[in-house]
Amino acid sequence: MPLYLNDDQKMLQDSAADFMKGEGNVAHFREFRDKNCKDGFSHALWKQFAEMGFTGILVSEDEGGLGLGHTEAGVVLEEIGRNLTPSPFLTTAVAGVEALNAGGKALRDKYFPGILSGDSVLALAIDEGPKHRPDQITMAATREGNGFKLDGKKQFVVQGGSADTLVVAARTSGSAGEDKGLTLFAVDTSASGLSRDSVRLVDSAMAAHVEFDGVVVDADAVIGEVDEGSALLQRMLNAGRAGSAAETLGVGAGAMDITVEYIKGRKQFDTIIGTFQALQHRAAHLYSEMEIARATVLKAQQMLDEGSSKAEMMVSVAKAKASKATSLSVKEGVQMHGGVGMTDEYDIGLYMKRDRALSEFMGDANYHTNLVAEMHGY
Amino acid sequence: MSDLESFRAETAAWLEANCPPEMRRPVVDESDICWGGKNPTFKPGQKEWMDKMAAKGWTVPDWPKEYGGGGLSRAETKILLQEMGRLKIRSPLSSFGIWMLGPALLHFGTEEQKLHFLPPIARGEVRWCQGYSEPGSGSDLASLQTSAEDKGDHYLINGQKIWTSYADKADWIFCLTRTDKSTKHKGISFMLFDMTNQGVETKPIVLISGQSAFCETFFTDVEVPKTYGDDVSSVVGEVNRGWDVAKYLLGHERSMISGDGSSGATSLGSKFADQYGRDEMGRLDDPMLRAQMAEMDIDVLAFRAMAERFGDTFKANLCHPAQPNMMKYAGTEINKRRHELIMSAGGSEVLEWESDASNGGLTARGWLRTKANSIEGGTSEVMLNVVSKQILQLPNA
Repeated sequence: MPLYLNDDQKMLQDSAADFMKGEGNVAHFREFRDKNCKDGFSHALWKQFAEMGFTGILVSEDEGGLGLGHTEAGVVLEEIGRNLTPSPFLTTAVAGVEALNAGGKALRDKYFPGILSGDSVLALAIDEGPKHRPDQITMAATREGNGFKLDGKKQFVVQGGSADTLVVAARTSGSAGEDKGLTLFAVDTSASGLSRDSVRLVDSAMAAHVEFDGVVVDADAVIGEVDEGSALLQRMLNAGRAGSAAETLGVGAGAMDITVEYIKGRKQFDTIIGTFQALQHRAAHLYSEMEIARATVLKAQQMLDEGSSKAEMMVSVAKAKASKATSLSVKEGVQMHGGVGMTDEYDIGLYMKRDRALSEFMGDANYHTNLVAEMHGY
Repeated sequence: MSDLESFRAETAAWLEANCPPEMRRPVVDESDICWGGKNPTFKPGQKEWMDKMAAKGWTVPDWPKEYGGGGLSRAETKILLQEMGRLKIRSPLSSFGIWMLGPALLHFGTEEQKLHFLPPIARGEVRWCQGYSEPGSGSDLASLQTSAEDKGDHYLINGQKIWTSYADKADWIFCLTRTDKSTKHKGISFMLFDMTNQGVETKPIVLISGQSAFCETFFTDVEVPKTYGDDVSSVVGEVNRGWDVAKYLLGHERSMISGDGSSGATSLGSKFADQYGRDEMGRLDDPMLRAQMAEMDIDVLAFRAMAERFGDTFKANLCHPAQPNMMKYAGTEINKRRHELIMSAGGSEVLEWESDASNGGLTARGWLRTKANSIEGGTSEVMLNVVSKQILQLPNA
């Protein structure tokens, strides 16, 4: 498969680009931020995502979706990143659906209709500390009656406040660091004993601290097999990480574009500052880094879609590389804008804040660099 | 079985049956590379392998058969290279004739030039060198001064070239000369002539690596005929339009140099962890070096994806024409960093310059060699200039 988008994927890209630019643009983002919306996104826009078919990208055609792959999900996410579109797409339609795809038919029948119609929002309850450490999960799920009782705390549950369902990773046996003993659950946020404290993040997205105080769930809330959730969690993380890398790439590309435009227009010393070699070389270096990140992200998506055994390595490479390139893009962006880059009026700072939050989502560049070393056996 | 699958099977069988065992060992140093030419130095197996591959046209598998090539399609060429890689078989012939002049002749040459010059390149009979840079014309190559005066039936060449790779070992040169002094880019011609001509002198330059692959080349009243035989012109393309040919070739050269130098190599970190030692967790026993190795592994894997995408988009005519400049910049910078890390991992042992243990300072000499990567074929700074102007469309001062 050549490493560029095919004609169908390009058509999807065009329609996603038009949609985000028209309906989910930066002005829309500012509107929802400024009215201090408790959910941080527009439910009407989420319904439109569903009408466009986006929420069903990873859902099979038999089950009413588009039956497409990670490459197509990434195409939509890149446009989300480029326009700073607030939506629960990544947690719901990418990572959430990927987890449910690995679960039983009953769960899919229960949750897919709401996702396909844009009525349902999923959030992921994985992290328990300030850094992403999925191999160190300690939250307990103990057997009780026909099901399980969940006790513990989760944080950085993005869209956790507005979600109707959480995908929760917990330990049914074993201890932190062990592969066996992890189980994934689909938990209704209305469950008794579940409390959420939704907080606004630096990028104006909403994330929740979630406390589970004896939350009882049925056995049919288990996604996959009890104690065998590790591989399933990995599959969900692969989807979420590749998706987040694609969104990050969009943030970096958007920031680079507005910065290059800015230095083509700004004059100092009676000269367009974009004529200065000091800026040209940095802009060209940034272009090079973004191009490499783009190739890496697409490669990881294609490998996931092909079911390659080496996909996990490439996903970590993509997450790290996209994060580093985009971080460079937003930082150079603010610097090259000069004083106005520090103002809320200009958009470049919004890109910087979005990148910061995305980089922490499902592991930052350091985390994935360490994983790459481990996967290489050193 | 599809045609391509049977081609793969037949190719693999032929390679297995015909490749001499010496040609299936890893290339260690310069002497393991077969350059051919009129005064060749062959190591055991090299000539046999070159001749066998040349007989099939597989020294230049994708050139047309009538010019000594294999006439293979793009897909077949890829399969041949894949199978050679899989069987760890060395390239039968390396040459600037194959990499540079061949593509220029195939694109700009007359039928007579192609028939005259290409088959000896394919057979490894003539070794070519490239006369581009001059002492005063490095990054600003088009300012070159080596003059070619029109003397009726011949040109009279006077001037000096520098950084001429292996000029002392080459039989012929493809050389940029000035045929019109009144204008810059449109006064340059792309000429082909014999290095044994009266008035050609070469002097190897000793580099910081101790090696001398590059030469200074001097031309004093060198007579170059306008045609060889009746109808083979010594100028490729039109007179005074040599810059078009040079630009085309620089694109080629930049994509060629742009490799990250790691092809097929496993991760740096896993290689050095065995050598360096591991902690009780099995991790490379130096946290800072381990982190740098892992970052390098990521950059190498990322650049490989970039190279794949560049190749795919290039073939499909989807990539920006200036993209090779970005590739050259990124690839050479990664390679330089990679060799810094290899030196750091090797510590004091790789400082040894002549010992047997260090294989004659192979690591150190290799490290020093990479410093030229971001200078030769256009400096990193020139690449960034091109990217910022042609791709990002940033304005001129």
